[in-house]
Amino acid sequence: MANFTPYSAFIGGLLIGAAASLLLWLNGKIAGVSGILGQLLPPVKGDAAWRALFLAGLVLGVFFFRLFDPMDRGIAIAADLPVLIAGGLLVGFGTRLGGGCTSGHGVCGIARLSLRSIVATLTFLATAVVTVALVRHGLGG
Amino acid sequence: MARLIAAFLAGLLFGVGLGLSQMVNPAKVLAFLDVAGDWDPSLALVMLGAVLVTFVAFRPILRLPQPVFAGKFSLPTLKSLTARLILGSAIFGVGWGLVGFCPGPAIASLAYGLPETLVFLAALIAGSWLAKLVPAATVKQSA
Repeated sequence: MANFTPYSAFIGGLLIGAAASLLLWLNGKIAGVSGILGQLLPPVKGDAAWRALFLAGLVLGVFFFRLFDPMDRGIAIAADLPVLIAGGLLVGFGTRLGGGCTSGHGVCGIARLSLRSIVATLTFLATAVVTVALVRHGLGG
Repeated sequence: MARLIAAFLAGLLFGVGLGLSQMVNPAKVLAFLDVAGDWDPSLALVMLGAVLVTFVAFRPILRLPQPVFAGKFSLPTLKSLTARLILGSAIFGVGWGLVGFCPGPAIASLAYGLPETLVFLAALIAGSWLAKLVPAATVKQSA
């Protein structure tokens, strides 16, 4: 647990929860990123601008954070090209088939005590943990 | 106009949260998912913090007659557990575990300008599009 960062993780989580609450309170929308993106493709007139602006906000939010972060830790993506493509396809396909991702099912759905979201979250957490275990420790690791 | 500004500000705050929590960093996410290795439980606290706020805030919000800038709340209507839900979530988890990106952080990570993000997002959009073909086929079979 050498890299455990409890404070920044917890406060970051509070901000994510506040953002999801803000979107529901002001606009009546669930802050589920896969749905916000998925229903932007193709864009529907009158329903596209808020989606694009929310997603632009995500990027600018990280950008802003970096400006004020005294130790810009950067990010590390270990996956090579075939894994990036396979991973992207699975995430895009799976979240749209399952009707949500970490934000929609995980953050918003659990708060509403939605049985679908609780089952979805437990399912994707389980398959993600198994996948990492197989890749890192199971397949000749 | 107010709705657009609200959506942007919510996205902005969400993005700051993803940055601060390092949820935007695939290495950090994979360290959380790697329970059999050198486990980093940080992201469990991200989830806890986020759900704590939504759990408390959603109740009074949803008791309001309507949202501030919209006519009604747009909430999911499906209630039943379906094969699509479970299969889709299982598939998503495999992709998440392979790369360490889920949709929000993948988009937010554009702020780092890495080519890997673009490749992943292009594949994610292609995958989203492929999922649209599934219901069409199912409807055809049952008709």
